[in-house]
Amino acid sequence: MSSTSLWYATRASGLTALILLTLTMVMGIGTSARLSTRNWPGFAQQELHRRISMLAVVFLGIHVLTSVLDTYVHIGLAAVVVPFTSGYDRFWVGVGTVALDAMIAVWITSLLRGRMRPGAWRAVHWLAYLSWPVALAHAFGMGTDAGEGWVLVLGMLCVASVGAALAWRTWAARRQAVARAGLAATRGVPEKHLSLTGPTNRGSRRA
Amino acid sequence: MIRILVDPVACDAYGYCAELLPEAVSLDEWGYPIVDGAPLPAELVDAARRAARACPRRAITLRKRNPGH
Amino acid sequence: MPSAGDTVSTARGYRLLGHPSDLPGHLAALGPAPLPSRDWSRWREEFVSALEASGLGGRGGAGFPAAVKLAAAHGAGGGGTVVVNAMEGEPASDKDKLLLVASPHLVLDGAQLVAAASGADRVIVCVPAGRARVAAAVSHAMEERLAARCAPASETLVHPPERFVAGEESALVRWIGTGQSLPSFRPDKGVSLQIGRKGALVHNAETLAHVALIARTGPEAFRARGLDEDPGTSLVTVSGAVEQPGVVEADRGTPLIEIANRAVPLGPSQALLVGGYGGAWVGPDHFTTPYASLPLRAVGATAGVGVIVVLGQGVCGLTETARVAQYLAGQSAGQCGPCVYGLPAIAHDVARLARGQVDAGLAARLERRLGQVEGRGACRHPDGAVHLVRSALRVFAADVHAHLRRTPCARRDGPTQLRFPVAAPGVTR
Repeated sequence: MSSTSLWYATRASGLTALILLTLTMVMGIGTSARLSTRNWPGFAQQELHRRISMLAVVFLGIHVLTSVLDTYVHIGLAAVVVPFTSGYDRFWVGVGTVALDAMIAVWITSLLRGRMRPGAWRAVHWLAYLSWPVALAHAFGMGTDAGEGWVLVLGMLCVASVGAALAWRTWAARRQAVARAGLAATRGVPEKHLSLTGPTNRGSRRA
Repeated sequence: MIRILVDPVACDAYGYCAELLPEAVSLDEWGYPIVDGAPLPAELVDAARRAARACPRRAITLRKRNPGH
Repeated sequence: MPSAGDTVSTARGYRLLGHPSDLPGHLAALGPAPLPSRDWSRWREEFVSALEASGLGGRGGAGFPAAVKLAAAHGAGGGGTVVVNAMEGEPASDKDKLLLVASPHLVLDGAQLVAAASGADRVIVCVPAGRARVAAAVSHAMEERLAARCAPASETLVHPPERFVAGEESALVRWIGTGQSLPSFRPDKGVSLQIGRKGALVHNAETLAHVALIARTGPEAFRARGLDEDPGTSLVTVSGAVEQPGVVEADRGTPLIEIANRAVPLGPSQALLVGGYGGAWVGPDHFTTPYASLPLRAVGATAGVGVIVVLGQGVCGLTETARVAQYLAGQSAGQCGPCVYGLPAIAHDVARLARGQVDAGLAARLERRLGQVEGRGACRHPDGAVHLVRSALRVFAADVHAHLRRTPCARRDGPTQLRFPVAAPGVTR
C-alpha cells in the first residue's frame, strides 16, 4: 500500500474509532443511569454498549496498524504501547498511546469480567473516563484534519453527547439520592445503611 | 433440574434478568427480582443462561439441583 | 466419660446457673473439663455420641442439633476456630451476658471441648463493644485459665460492633476475618464457615455451657429435665409488664405462662412475645403452650433466642409491633434490596395501622409486601420481621379489625413496655 493510502486509512479509521468510542461512552453512561424503557430495555443497551465497543476496538486496531506500517513517518511498534517514545510527533502520539493503554486495560478486564472481583473490574472500567477525553485530545492535537470545519463540528458533537449523557446521569443519580434520603427520613432507617444504588426508575416510590 | 438462584447481596436491581426471562423472573415494586425456585422448563434454559450472562453484577446463576435438596 | 452423677453434684439436678464463677470454685464444684488425654479418636467418638444422645439443640436461635454441627465440622483440616457467639444483639435478651458473668468457665470449657473435638486450635469469644462488665468477667476468667493451664486452645476476647445483625454467624465470622460485619449469602448452608482458609464453628454461649455440663454429667442428667423430644433446660429472659424482669432457667416443655409468671406480671397479659423481636406473639388462648420446638411451632412461634416479653394492658399490641418493626428495619445490614426497602415500608404501614391512619389499600399492600420480603434476603433478618408482623395480625386480629375501620383503641399511644437500645435510630417511644 502506498504511504498516502495508509495515511488516509489512519486518519479515517481514527475518526471512526473516535465516533464509535463516543457512542460507547454514551451507551455506557446510559446503562449506569438505568434509563430502561419497554422499547429500549436495559439488557439491550448494555449489549449495544459491548458490541459498539468491539467495533471501536477493530477500527482502533486498523488505526494503530496503518500508522505503524506507514513508513513516511516513523512511529515504531514500541510507541504503540509505550507513551512518548515515538519518533514522530512524540507528544501527541504519546497522548494517543496513553488513551490506547487505558482502553486495553478496560477491554481485557471486561473480557475477564467473570473472573475478577467486581470492585476491581469497576475500578479499571473507570479508566474509560480517562481514555475518551485523552483520545479526543490526541485527535485534535495531532492536527492533521483538525482545521477542517466538519471535523470540528464532529468533535463538538462528541463532546456534547458525552456531556449530555453525563448530565442526565448526574440528574438521575441526584433524584435517586433524594428518594433514598426521603425514604431514610420517613422510615427511620439510617441512610448509610441504604448502601445500594437503588431500584430502577420504574420502581414505584409511592408510600 | 435447573433452577435460578439470585444472590441478593450482589443484586443491584438492574432488571435485565426480568427483561430477558419474564416467564420466570418478575420484579417487586422496588425493582428486585422474584424467582420461585422451581425447576426451569427446558425451553427457558437458553434464555436463563443469557439472563445470567447479562447481569452486570453476576447476581443471577443457574444451579443444577437434584430433587429432594 | 464419667457416668452420670459421679463428678458433678446433681443434688438439685442438671442446671446451668448457680455454679461458682471463679476458677477454683468452678473446679471444686464441677471438676475439670473432660478434655481428651490419650486416645483422641475414641474420646471424640464418645463425646459426639454423648452430645447426640443428649439431644441438645442450639440455644442461639436456630435450634440446630449441636452434635450434627460438630460432626459436620470435622475434616475441615486442623487448626480451625471455635467462635463463641455471645453477641446477644436481641435487645430483650440478657441470658448470654448473665452466663458469661456468672459462669464464664462453663462457657469456655464448652468451647475447649468443641475445639478439641473439631481440631480447632483457638477459641474466640465475641462480646459487643460497650459491655464492660461482661468483657471484664470474660477477660478475668481467661487470665485465670491461662495461669492454671486450663486452655489448650488459645482463648481471646474480641469486640465486634453492637448491631443486631453483627451476631449473625456469617457476619460474625466475616468480621473476625476482614473487619466487615456483614452477613454472607449462603445458598448451600452445608458448606462450613471459614476464617481465612480454616474452618470456623460458631456456637451460642449458652449452647457451649450445656456442652460443658453434658460432657461431665453424661446425657442422662440433661435428659432428666425437659421433654423426651426436647430435653434439658433453657435460659429465658422475661421482661415487659412484670415486677421482676430477669433471666430464669426453665425446663424445656414448661408452659409459657409458668415461665412468665416467675417474673411476676403486673396484671393480666394481653399477649406474650416469644423468641425475640424476630419471634412471634402468642395470644392468651395459647399461654399454656409448652416451651419446646414442636408445640411452639404449632402456634406459629419458636423458642428463638430465649426471650419472653409480657405485654400488659397499657399499650396496644399493634403499636408495640410497629415499634419493633421500625427498630428491625433500622437494623438491616443494608445489603439486600427487599430488606432495605421492604422492611421500612412494612414498618411504615404497621405504624399507620396502629395509629388508625388507614387508606383503602393498606391491608392488601401489607399482605403483599410481607409475602414478597420473606426469604429474599441473604440472612434471616427480614424473615424475623415478617414473622413478627404476621403473628401480630393474627393475635391482635380484633385490634386490626377496629383500626382498619379507623376506630383505633385508646391504648394506641401507650408507652412502650419493650426495651430498645438507646442508639437505635428512628424509634418512637
